Amino acid sequence: MTDRRPKIVGFCCEKHGADAAVLAARSGKHIDASVRLVQVPCTGRIDGIHLLSALEEGADAVFVLGCLEKNCYYDTGSIEGRKRVGYVKQVLAEAGIEKERVEMFNAASTNAWAFPEAAAKMVEVAKRLGPIGGGEK
Amino acid sequence: MIVAKRKPLGEIAEMLASYKKVTVIGCRSCVAICLAGGEKEVKMLVSALKIRNRKEGKRQDFEGLVVERQCEKEWVKEVEDKILGSDITLSMACSLGAQTIGDMYPKHLTFPGLNTGIFGVPEEQGVWSEKCVGCGDCIIHTTGGICPISRCAKSMLNGPCGGSADRKCEVNLEVECAWAAIYDRLKLQNRLDLIERITPAKDWSTSHSGGRRVFVREDAKLTQHQKKGKEVVL
Repeated sequence: MTDRRPKIVGFCCEKHGADAAVLAARSGKHIDASVRLVQVPCTGRIDGIHLLSALEEGADAVFVLGCLEKNCYYDTGSIEGRKRVGYVKQVLAEAGIEKERVEMFNAASTNAWAFPEAAAKMVEVAKRLGPIGGGEK
Repeated sequence: MIVAKRKPLGEIAEMLASYKKVTVIGCRSCVAICLAGGEKEVKMLVSALKIRNRKEGKRQDFEGLVVERQCEKEWVKEVEDKILGSDITLSMACSLGAQTIGDMYPKHLTFPGLNTGIFGVPEEQGVWSEKCVGCGDCIIHTTGGICPISRCAKSMLNGPCGGSADRKCEVNLEVECAWAAIYDRLKLQNRLDLIERITPAKDWSTSHSGGRRVFVREDAKLTQHQKKGKEVVL
């Protein structure tokens, strides 16, 4: 299990989160290649089912990277995103799954460190918890 | 609308534990509006149950689908093959939907995925409050359009009880006294004289206490002749 590369999915809003990821890549920041980035118009568009589906399909951990809450392009999109993440955490806890497998992060598009930091945190969580059920999907 | 709430996931998983093939059926009516049993909630439940099973190393087949109105046989009939093709059906509708499937397929197991709660209205996004108990004898024309049966903890009919203070209910200080609200509304409508009228003891025979109630519209019912000419489910 220790040799296995964790599977992480990061949902990033196209206004700040994804731009922060691109900036990180251009700045030469290390981004773990096991992280899949899914660009969404706004984190407020993300529904619980998107996050759960990622876990269901084999991701070990999932994160959402949206705009800073007081500087959201769509005003309250990242607040909505945080609420969805909170609800999914609750559902996971009810299902007996570690709720830290899902997290919400916020960043401005100029925060080159934000995406690598979020990814690294989730990689650490995934390595610590291992895959759900202990094996490949 | 009918407001319901999903049962805890652990309870649902336990109910379904000994069945291999599970069909989860939601409803696009009231329970979709109150975010308990619509398409999204069915998908989320199925996904969460699959993840839980993976963690526990269990194998079960889940299929999630949604019908327009689960309390109407015509809509349920459309998914009959999915129901009968499974070991058990988990209804994500209110109890009416679950019982409709149960009545249509009595040999087949249909379990409830939701706890059916109240006749409520959306007060704000994500908040529903009870405003009717279906007593069968509406009196809100005399109480400023506010139902004292559902909104007063003691269902008082002639003004507030002695425990009402500062417009709050003594049973729950978070809740406004229904009679304070009724007084304000009648005052606004210049109908405060109504508050002094004595309402006699309520006839509860129209309420639930008499057992199952059935409402009939004779003009809408099909005659035997009409029934013969029409394919009737069940």
